Amino acid sequence: MSCCAAGTESAAELEALKTEGPSAEEMWLSSRPLGDGLRQVDLIVPGVHCGACIALLEKELPSIRGVDHARVNLSTRRVSVVFGARDAGADDAAKAGYHPETVLTALGEKLKALGYPAHLPGGADETADPAMRELLKALAVAGFASMNVMLLSVSVWSGAEAATRDLFHWISALIAAPALIYSGRVFFASAWGALRHGRTNMDVPISLGVGLAYAISLYETITHGAHAYFDASVTLLFFLLAGRTLDHMMREKARSAVRNLVRLSPRGAMVIRDTGAREYLALDEIEPGMRLAIAPGDRVPVDARVVSGRSDMDFAVVNGESAPQLVEAGSLTPAGTLNLTGSLVLEATRRARESFLAEMVAMMEAAESGRAGYRRIADRASAIYAPAVHLLALGTFIGWMMVSGDWRMAMLTAVAVLIITCPCALGLAVPVVQVVAAGRLFENGIMVKDGSAMERLAQADHVVFDKTGTLTRGKPLLINAASVAPEHLALAARIARASRHPLSQALAAFDAAGDGLPGLHITETPGDGVEAITDDGDVYRLGRAVFALDARDAGVERAADASQVILSKNGAFLDIFLFSDQVRRGAAQAVARLKALGVDAEILSGDREAPVRALAGELGVSAYVAGVRPRGKVDRIKALTAEGHKPLMVGDGLNDAPALSAAHVSMAPASAADVGRMAADFVFLHDSLEAVPLAIEVSRKAGSLIRQNFALAVAYNCIAVPAAVLGHATPLIAALAMSSSSILVVLNSLRLRRKTRVEGFARPAAPEPVSRAAAAPELGARV
Amino acid sequence: MNNLIFLIPIALFLGALGLGAFLWSMKSGQYEDLEGAAWRILDDDDDRPKQD
Repeated sequence: MSCCAAGTESAAELEALKTEGPSAEEMWLSSRPLGDGLRQVDLIVPGVHCGACIALLEKELPSIRGVDHARVNLSTRRVSVVFGARDAGADDAAKAGYHPETVLTALGEKLKALGYPAHLPGGADETADPAMRELLKALAVAGFASMNVMLLSVSVWSGAEAATRDLFHWISALIAAPALIYSGRVFFASAWGALRHGRTNMDVPISLGVGLAYAISLYETITHGAHAYFDASVTLLFFLLAGRTLDHMMREKARSAVRNLVRLSPRGAMVIRDTGAREYLALDEIEPGMRLAIAPGDRVPVDARVVSGRSDMDFAVVNGESAPQLVEAGSLTPAGTLNLTGSLVLEATRRARESFLAEMVAMMEAAESGRAGYRRIADRASAIYAPAVHLLALGTFIGWMMVSGDWRMAMLTAVAVLIITCPCALGLAVPVVQVVAAGRLFENGIMVKDGSAMERLAQADHVVFDKTGTLTRGKPLLINAASVAPEHLALAARIARASRHPLSQALAAFDAAGDGLPGLHITETPGDGVEAITDDGDVYRLGRAVFALDARDAGVERAADASQVILSKNGAFLDIFLFSDQVRRGAAQAVARLKALGVDAEILSGDREAPVRALAGELGVSAYVAGVRPRGKVDRIKALTAEGHKPLMVGDGLNDAPALSAAHVSMAPASAADVGRMAADFVFLHDSLEAVPLAIEVSRKAGSLIRQNFALAVAYNCIAVPAAVLGHATPLIAALAMSSSSILVVLNSLRLRRKTRVEGFARPAAPEPVSRAAAAPELGARV
Repeated sequence: MNNLIFLIPIALFLGALGLGAFLWSMKSGQYEDLEGAAWRILDDDDDRPKQD
């Protein structure tokens, strides 16, 4: 990383940096024409952190021939590059030298060389969010109207004479009418939708209150009355829109952050025509029967069968396990799996929209019962609140009609009741708390999909963990580094650098640059290992026992449980490297904290019995089930729900996705498969599993604050409503009561920031225990 | 009463000006990159920003 604020990137973003950049063809497919011969491509660059990065990228990228200009957006970590030959103004020589492919290839290399690896944004909806803009515009209009109407109302309340008062009422009416129609659409539409289906929601009393208040005020104005509620109706809309906008903003932030992660499915593939010609086609254009060339490092775009070639493939998206599988001619390769070592030619068996990925999505939708029955706390509150308010207002109207017989007086009092009881505080109480809580979680690297997820998480009483990729990192780690000879390790690491196999990559981490190793000619045999021939003619082999060793040494079987790689020289055994999966950081602490919170933990894994039992013992989890199929996970979640539990599912693989949907609430690490991330309510970006108990704690605190806010709103109603029913509420009192209750609720919600904090684990781990020990005495000396 | 004839239109005009300015700034993408803008001001280059 070339920049100041190193460490602010999340584990997932770091992961993204390691993947290959998009190919020139993929960039071309995702670029869009701007006219005038120019095209624009948007790239996600997780590495930009500060002004220096902006200046560097915007200066360096246009130096590529064919790139017109580049613009960095630091907030979304994206760079838009405009490239192409301008039709006008460019001389013929420049036009002749322009090839989009070379420009884009140069662009990808330049970004990598500058230290800002880029990838393409995922998802189809990449345009600016129109709903957010609409909400902001409505909010601005409501704000403008409420300020001006309030200004006029203040002079009326301070005792303007009758003629001035009428004039001011008329002006207020003229300002309020368009503002109500424009800004109130959101509420009117939702209220109408609810009424048409015979339900009521929070928007019904809002629409009714605002509409009736305007109508009676207009009548008052026409008949030269003293009381008008124009200010109340627009201010009400303003407060409520503020709550709506906050709610929307929170969801949008999480969504865009999730979108910025790496996509699993490629945008297209290299198709080999019958004539032998190669052509890059978009995903939708690939038909069954087409032959696809898949290079090492590529993901399989559609379900396919291997025609020729041999390779190791990462099937983690399918079975959740990290150990690669060997594929040969005839093997089936589902969409989304990753080719690691050898080149393959595949025959597409299904279209993209019928692929394995699409099938899992369908299964998820079928399983989506966990949250369908959940109703948001605000909805539950309004189900009681709205009818009560309506009855109260109606009762007030009838009561005053019976007592005084003056319908105008009765109507005014009823409107005052509607305005005072209007769920202003309720409308703000929930979103403000949830936005503050989501902000706090975000600082801890946890993304929340929407507010209801937080409410559901607060109820969770049982956690179900997936094993590989969730409790463990899903990546092998060399466990016997201390017992192998250092020169063997250095040699093996150098050889392993050439391979993409996960075990090789774990070994390659030990490679030290610039030591006196002989020159090597390395060839990889997919499925077996790597062979390196030195200049002296010695043959070193790194891989499976059968590949590395001659027949005489073939009996080496040291560890059955761990994965192993053998290094040999001219067929003779040199050393053995043992690997095992690592437990994710903070897993044990997370389980302990969950216990303290009164939440049971359980492990469901598709893996074999022995490793699952070992892990469960290590973490102190007594309940575990091994060898579970995706369907089995869903059944277990359903069984828990049937027992009356509220299960939280934490999982990462595509195989966990149906269970993630079926659970009451779900979490996924950012390293999870696309579908898993989409299915989960929470996504944690940092490596540590302590995110799980933290999210539960914050959600519970948020839940208690929401209930406090409700209590505040109800207490305030208990004082204000009797006054309004008895006809003591003037427009001035209504305005004061309404604003003060809203402010009170917001202030109470902000206390959540003080109650929660940014946890230490959110920062990157200290590099090595050794260096930490070395730093400690120095720290002590300074203190 | 007479001065109100001037003052009210002026007040409304100023309010509308503020509203218009906000809507314009939103439409022209002033809020697209709030973090980036904070850094760009420190950039000493005296070249003009290019049009997107």
